[in-house]
Amino acid sequence: MKQFQYSRPATQQAVIDAINKPGAKIIAGGTNLVDLMKRGVTAPDKLIDINHLPLKNIAPVKGGLHIGALALNSVVSENKLVVAQQPLLSMALKAGASPQLRNMATVGGNILQRTRCAYFYDTTMPCNKREPGSGCGAIGGYNRMHAIFGASDKCIAVHPSDMCVALVALDATVIVQSKKGTRRIPFADFHRLPGEHPDLDNNLAAGELILGVEIPDNNFAKNSYYLKIRDRQSYAFALVSVAASLELEGNTIKNARLAMGGVAHKPWRLVEAEKALIGKPVSAETFNIAAQIAIQGAKTYGGNDFKLKLAPATITEALKHASGLV
Amino acid sequence: MRTGSNSIPSSGGMSRVDGRLKVTGAAKYSAEYEVKGLTYGVLVGSTIAKGTIKSIDIKRAERAPGVLAVITHLNSPKVPGYQSATNTPKGQIRIFYDNKVVYNGQPIALVIANTFERALYAASLVTAQYNNGEHQTRLTDNLQAAFSPKDDNEYKRGDPDAWRSAPVKVEQEYLLPSEVHNPMEMHAIIARWDAEDKITVWDKTQGVKDTQTNIALTFKIPTENVQVNSRFVGGAFGNALQVWPHEIAALIGAKVVKRPVKLVLSRTDMFTSVGYRPHTWQKIAIGATADGKLVGINHHAVGQTSAYEDFAEAPADVSRQLYACANVATSNKIASLDIGSPVWMRGPGYATGCFALESALDELSYQLNIDPIELRMRNYTDVDPESGKAFSGKFLNDAYKLGADDIGWSNRSSKPGSLTKDGWLVGYGMAGGVFVADREPATVRATFTDGGKLIMQTAVSDIGPGTATAMVALAADTLGITAENIRFDMGDSSLPPAPQQGGSTIMSSVGSAVFLACKQLMEKFKALGDSSDYAQLLKQNKLPKLEVLIDSKAGTEVDKYAMYSWSVHYVVVHVHPVTGVVKMEKVTCVADSGRIISPKTARSQIIGGAIMGIGMALMEEAVIDHRYGRLMNANLGDYHVPVNADIPQINALFVNKADTNINPIGAKGMGEIALIGMAGAVANAVYNATGIRVRDLPITPDKMLGALPHVA
Ligand SMILES: Cc1cc2nc3c(=O)[nH]c(=O)nc-3n(C[C@H](O)[C@H](O)[C@H](O)COP(=O)(O)OP(=O)(O)OC[C@H]3O[C@@H](n4cnc5c(N)ncnc54)[C@H](O)[C@@H]3O)c2cc1C
Repeated sequence: MKQFQYSRPATQQAVIDAINKPGAKIIAGGTNLVDLMKRGVTAPDKLIDINHLPLKNIAPVKGGLHIGALALNSVVSENKLVVAQQPLLSMALKAGASPQLRNMATVGGNILQRTRCAYFYDTTMPCNKREPGSGCGAIGGYNRMHAIFGASDKCIAVHPSDMCVALVALDATVIVQSKKGTRRIPFADFHRLPGEHPDLDNNLAAGELILGVEIPDNNFAKNSYYLKIRDRQSYAFALVSVAASLELEGNTIKNARLAMGGVAHKPWRLVEAEKALIGKPVSAETFNIAAQIAIQGAKTYGGNDFKLKLAPATITEALKHASGLV
Repeated sequence: MRTGSNSIPSSGGMSRVDGRLKVTGAAKYSAEYEVKGLTYGVLVGSTIAKGTIKSIDIKRAERAPGVLAVITHLNSPKVPGYQSATNTPKGQIRIFYDNKVVYNGQPIALVIANTFERALYAASLVTAQYNNGEHQTRLTDNLQAAFSPKDDNEYKRGDPDAWRSAPVKVEQEYLLPSEVHNPMEMHAIIARWDAEDKITVWDKTQGVKDTQTNIALTFKIPTENVQVNSRFVGGAFGNALQVWPHEIAALIGAKVVKRPVKLVLSRTDMFTSVGYRPHTWQKIAIGATADGKLVGINHHAVGQTSAYEDFAEAPADVSRQLYACANVATSNKIASLDIGSPVWMRGPGYATGCFALESALDELSYQLNIDPIELRMRNYTDVDPESGKAFSGKFLNDAYKLGADDIGWSNRSSKPGSLTKDGWLVGYGMAGGVFVADREPATVRATFTDGGKLIMQTAVSDIGPGTATAMVALAADTLGITAENIRFDMGDSSLPPAPQQGGSTIMSSVGSAVFLACKQLMEKFKALGDSSDYAQLLKQNKLPKLEVLIDSKAGTEVDKYAMYSWSVHYVVVHVHPVTGVVKMEKVTCVADSGRIISPKTARSQIIGGAIMGIGMALMEEAVIDHRYGRLMNANLGDYHVPVNADIPQINALFVNKADTNINPIGAKGMGEIALIGMAGAVANAVYNATGIRVRDLPITPDKMLGALPHVA
């Protein structure tokens, strides 16, 4: 690991100033950043510790729920308001990592965690995300965990977060602050597809600090489910995960939200499949149709061919759970 | 002596004599010793699989803060033992010897600094240029090039083709991926030169004596001038059975900087440079009569090895011995690839072989429509079909019954995919395991003091099974004294010789020596007077202590009997009918390994083996990107082993009947059989649940999709 400086600027304003300097990087829980530093993937000159900033609050705001960027994944997942109003988020968080990691990991860090692609982590291997122009090792290589949607010939990595799959389904907004003031970024627009620039994971500008996320109120609390399929029962990233939320009127689906993890460079919202659910009766058939629509346009790379079967199977199963069919 | 009964209480037996030391951190492992003047080494690995080092730039590393030396093949002092091997031996790589690269990740430089962090940073500054060779790392592309290793064990009895004309046949191929030992403790050594020809090491090893001999040979110094300390070992599973190049590297480094060097492997090095269970292809053909008598078995295996060592297991050997069958042909071949050498891993060969044989037998049972246990009983044998010798002790039929009752085998459906619970498919599976029961020479010094203390000493290691605990329990039982008054010294090469802790031999070997030492002490006490208060007897006779030294080894019984331990694993799995997720519901493992000396540690051993078997069955797989010949999941985030959520109720049962022919204590090893068979049992249960037969481990959800039965 390269030598680096560490500082803890006293105020939010001082943090903003500090992160505007070249080579500076925020550290929150450090569960992702420190790993990347140890592996030589990232080598910041200065770590700016933000853990003391007052960004841990979870509180109702007008029309929604605000969750501070430094709220711990474990705390959010157990929070009474979250469990009661946004159970999908709680379930997604609990499906992620391990209790020890969730006790360190923050909401801001979770949003900004980087891909787990083995080629990204191994500095002896080609990777356009780590070293633009060096090629994509995963194409033609070990790509069992990789994208089936929205990839490019430069990168087929996936965003590994569970929490973000729930947040994109719930139409959350990310609130960020920079020298220029604060701005709000819809969650669906926060992360990027790789395109020609897989080195950019998201649309956060240099020098911006995440303050928190806001989730608008909804009527999904009763019928939400997060289903994650992985290679072991806990402590593994998703092969495929599905966030499903339904609003039911009798047996009819009044409103629906559907998103997938482990399938794209960003948490993957399934808008067309949602449309196919709305107005339909709760039934295995309805869910199968939606699942088939959901995987239209999927492209696989050998090692992840199985996701063409696993993805619709997981969608159907998640919807069954959300609707109470099982 | 406890007598034969399987009613060992699950909570019974002694707790570990070193348990408190271990859970409080007071137990010191090799890397934890404070040695004066210590320096820190970090290895640099190659980034190609095959070729030569064209140039290596160490200047930046040498100039980095705190760096004391950067050692490569260009500046390494000569290792005397390396020089004598004129023609390249197939064996260990000779570290820093020449510019050859034979696998990806091979150590090509050692950076030594005054702190670990500085060494680590400097190591990242070393860069090498290579002349790339063409590498081969995929076993299945190289099956044709497989060859028989030197100790060729192609085997035939009867008519090898007999299976072909049998009325019912199974002919299938099975694949096992490479699996990595990954004990919790990384390999670690502190190497110190005490004089020009004198060495002390604190080293992770399964055999202090073997390590001592090997280091002495490599550096051409007298054996007694090498002191090896390995008091505690945080797991090994076979990967500390030999001296690895990094251990030699630490000694080279200590010579160069003239200070002690500590070298702890990274987790990634643990995947690349200290062996693994070899990726193995197997083909089995079995023929049987309609009433389930085996007519013939063919079992052929090809395992991968490195380009520099003919490492060979014998997976197919299980088919010579496990069942009565007149016509058997087996072969064990290897294919040389440009990868690091494999090494023994828990249940070596047998675990691989039993997965294939016990899967094939299960397949046969469905074709025959005979219950899998019944099929095994119909082919049960009390004599070793290979040698014709009687088994020294075999109660496997008891084990089948015990396990079947415990798992609730009668609830199994013989029709795959027909049993469900809460929307999940339910499957029952079973498979047997077997491992040779060897007894090696062992020497124990036992000293009884007039303070009433017994001190036993032998140079064995305890890599985790609880050897010290079992020896103390055995001595306490034999002498009729309390465990608190007994000390067991080990992990020190200056103690009387003992075998390596490998191959499930220690209970039989060292246990017998401990028992005989206690017996001899008792005889000597008898000569002193008629009392079981030994301390008092010594005082009366004005003796400060009594000491015996026992050399114990196997005798002529090995000519008379075939000696094995057996196990049988039963499992219940749930499989999700839509997503293909496999969940373990229950495991029962029954060991037939003679008398149980230490019930608590025996139970832990069985449970640990079953958990390792869950990993083998459902998740473990070292993945190579063959374009680069490089491991892609060499870390514990990506290479999966079971976590708590994967582990169900595991019942450990014991036949607990003494094997009276093998040794004086009637106990045999159980470290290997705890694992062997487990993966087959899981695969068989998955088939029972779904009708999907997975013949290439691990059984991950992707392999289950497509053909899952419908659940209403
Ligand atoms: C072994 C392992 C298994 C895991 N499994 C899972 C899993 O199954 N599912 C899952 O979802 N996740 C998983 N994770 C990832 C884990 O969720 C993330 O590491 C964690 O959420 C990151 O949060 P952190 O606070 O530790 O971030 P850090 O490591 O501190 O930071 C991550 C990044 O975010 C930036 N950052 C942090 N906070 C802010 C802020 N407020 N504003 C701007 N930038 C900021 C940092 O500069 C850094 O670039 C796993 C991690 C590990 C190590």
